[in-house]
Amino acid sequence: MQYNQRLLLKGNEAAVYGALLAGCDCFFGYPITPASEVAHTAARLFPKLKRTFIQAESEIGAINMVIGAVASGRRAMTGSSGLGISLKQEGVSYLAAYEMPAVIIDVTRGGPGLGNIGPEQADYFQLVKGGGHGSYHCLVLTPNSVQEMCDFTVKAFDLAEKYRMPAYVMADGVIGQMMESVQLPDPRPYTYDPEWKMGRIVDGKANYITSIYMEYDDLEALNRRLQAKYREIERAEQCAEEFMTEDAELVIAAYGICSRIAKGAVSELRAQGIKAGLIRPQMVFPFPTNSFEKLLSNGKAKVVMSLEMSAGQMIEDVKLALNCKLPVELFNRMGGNVPSCAEVCEAAKRIYKEYVK
Amino acid sequence: MSTEKVKFGRSKVFFDPFERRPGPIKTNMHYCPGCGHGILHKLIAEAIEYYGIQENTVFIAPVGCAVFAYYYFNCGSISVPHGRAPAVGTGASRATPEKYVISYQGDGDLAAIGFNEFIQAANRGERMSVFFVNNSNYGMTGGQMAPTTLPNQVTMTSPYGRNVETDGYPVKVCELVNALEAPVYIERVALTGTANIIKARKAVFKAIENLRDRKGFSLVEALSPCPVNLKMTAEQVNEFIDTKMTKYFPLGMLRDRSAETPAGKVPEAPVRDPEDVKQLLFTAKEGSGEGPATVNNSEIFNEERRIRVSGFGGQGILSLGHTLADMARLRHFNVSWMPSYGPEQRGGSASCAVILSRKAIPSPLVDSCDLLIAMTRAALDKFGYQLKDDGILIYDTSAMEKPAVKPGQKVFGLDALAIANRIGNAKCANSAVLGALAAILGKFALTPEDAADYRKVFTEAITESFRKKPQVVEQNIAAFNAGCDEMSSQLV
Amino acid sequence: MAAKKHRIRISKDECKGCRRCIPACPKKLISVGKEINIQGYLAVVAENPFDCIGCGSCFHQCPEPGAITIFEIEE
Repeated sequence: MQYNQRLLLKGNEAAVYGALLAGCDCFFGYPITPASEVAHTAARLFPKLKRTFIQAESEIGAINMVIGAVASGRRAMTGSSGLGISLKQEGVSYLAAYEMPAVIIDVTRGGPGLGNIGPEQADYFQLVKGGGHGSYHCLVLTPNSVQEMCDFTVKAFDLAEKYRMPAYVMADGVIGQMMESVQLPDPRPYTYDPEWKMGRIVDGKANYITSIYMEYDDLEALNRRLQAKYREIERAEQCAEEFMTEDAELVIAAYGICSRIAKGAVSELRAQGIKAGLIRPQMVFPFPTNSFEKLLSNGKAKVVMSLEMSAGQMIEDVKLALNCKLPVELFNRMGGNVPSCAEVCEAAKRIYKEYVK
Repeated sequence: MSTEKVKFGRSKVFFDPFERRPGPIKTNMHYCPGCGHGILHKLIAEAIEYYGIQENTVFIAPVGCAVFAYYYFNCGSISVPHGRAPAVGTGASRATPEKYVISYQGDGDLAAIGFNEFIQAANRGERMSVFFVNNSNYGMTGGQMAPTTLPNQVTMTSPYGRNVETDGYPVKVCELVNALEAPVYIERVALTGTANIIKARKAVFKAIENLRDRKGFSLVEALSPCPVNLKMTAEQVNEFIDTKMTKYFPLGMLRDRSAETPAGKVPEAPVRDPEDVKQLLFTAKEGSGEGPATVNNSEIFNEERRIRVSGFGGQGILSLGHTLADMARLRHFNVSWMPSYGPEQRGGSASCAVILSRKAIPSPLVDSCDLLIAMTRAALDKFGYQLKDDGILIYDTSAMEKPAVKPGQKVFGLDALAIANRIGNAKCANSAVLGALAAILGKFALTPEDAADYRKVFTEAITESFRKKPQVVEQNIAAFNAGCDEMSSQLV
Repeated sequence: MAAKKHRIRISKDECKGCRRCIPACPKKLISVGKEINIQGYLAVVAENPFDCIGCGSCFHQCPEPGAITIFEIEE
């Protein structure tokens, strides 16, 4: 049978298509705007393949159902938005401690508090810096198109399983809600059967999974192992798109929907004779420090502008990556407002005038 | 010559020794002397052994004194977040239906911090057995007030006794669960004198038998001795349970529907064959109309084109935009479709933005448009400013007078709803608008080949959208044709 | 057929001295011992283990998995 694998999908739908193509068996979720189509699509498609969909009683219920399914040796996922993710953080901390893979779609919205349903990127801290208790990280992939919503969800499963840790696909309200055409990848043959799953009998003893270590040295050892894993991920898995950065004097750092606007702005600025460039993190943990270090070694860049739909969260990682050797300025919108190309250009020109000429 | 055989002894379901327990003592459990957990652990182990389900049993350990249950039970085990055992158990039970899930919880875990997870799992009738240890206080943290602490009972956090006026009454878990339809078996027992322990053993065996037979949700609540935190001897704590606790928490079986509940079957395994996955997620090539030959070449689309579709919820505004976007996809444009989302879509105004381009589309958001379709006056008032100086406006004549526009702008009116009503399906009004657009673009913008192709690509898109409703496809095509004809006659 | 004979074995080092077994025994076979065990508890003892009737009450009262074992003796 010949199939057409190019479909018009919403970002939220594409994430679920990606999950099914990656061999995800279980979806547990709770509806929330602007992520609801993630649950809608899963509710429609998972049962058709006799896979599990449950509308959980709460975000807390959902993430714990994920824990149960993953511990049983199955691929499982959940999806939510800002405040729902806040509720899941307890479970994510446990997943990090269990060293178990799981994929969480976060279609971010405005905060703090109930905020609104407009797009924001203010979940950066809670996703990238841990979010729950304890010293842990999650992988955070930041798609900027519907195609990447699908592709990055597949990649999120791959990385989560490779490193045995939770992975977020961090979209925003725009990427989740918009439709674009997507070239869907082929489904994978299913071979998943993790050796660590609970109940696997090894030497007559059934495997168990825990996150409690009463001996201080044992817990310290777990923490040291986790940190070594995170350093290895920072070494091996950085992922960013660099656009016209080789000779750029002003470099915009932006991810998600902001990065698309920034790319348009870079072309516009170039047309006006300003040497602009873009670093677009495709993952924000690990943060693409190599791309920023390259700016330092090549010596052309005079200033970096962090473009964000938050009060300035990624900018801290940009500054750390540049080790304070280049000035970093923030241009941001909040509350559900998406920066326009015109206002990004205007801000860039203001900053360019101050730091370049 | 006489031989001995063990009549009552250490269950084979327990590890021997308890290697996972840190410290030098590997023969005993970590519980305090006289604690009910050990008594209940032994009954559960005996039942698991009796029903032969050890290999496939999953034991969900709570937060509380029983957090280390995996030191003891040689079963698949996990120690989970506080109160979340039934949710984790749900995930395990659904993901691996061949497993037998036990959720073991104390009164803080089950009746306080995790009550929602518990009661919802009970309400869904999850295939699991829950053992609920009610000892009237928080043991692991040092004897604080629990939801099950009796009125006037002194604990570390109710030093003057539980005051029902401020702390409420103890939570009667079995009675609450008994208000739900799904649970199969509910019994409250006491781990006190031998007669009560024999009854408890029977209840535990019933819950494990139900588990083996996949009969849904069973709950056994055990009133359990906690002599150390209650500062009592073994005999005193038994008396406390038998005389004081049982007064508030009466013993007995509240429900047993095991006999009339048929044994459950293991559900079918997930479908993972790549061919089946393809069949569900991809569309069949046949009839999709997508091929390398059909590419739009009209000059008008050498530039990125932005379209705003606006009206009110129920007019098919979002699907009009969707059809346009799908037509663009079928002709190999880069395309984006962005809705207004949230409460707006459920009544009141609705709008979406469609962009098509031969290059990458930077942002799907539209603040200026080449084409504005306004189906209500309010929509025109809201979005009229976005129309470019040389843009095209299409409006619904039943909704407004012909609006004034700037000199370079073109404006066209259509009574789309009247056309749709004539066809017999008011939901087709959006296709009439697309028909009108075909006439307008055909006259002013498209090459003759592309103008001829417009109807074809519309048909392909609408056929794909309503694959399973041929009648709806026909109605939409009729509305499209009528809209096209009416606009063409205006343009003559 | 003669009544079956039984034996109770109390593992001294596994007893935590909670004494739940003492009132449970219909034959009053179990009493508090005199020795502190390896864990620091005053363990119980059964002075006449062959007087056990094999009812299992003490076993089910005991919170420890292997502190009490009841054997059936086949002649």
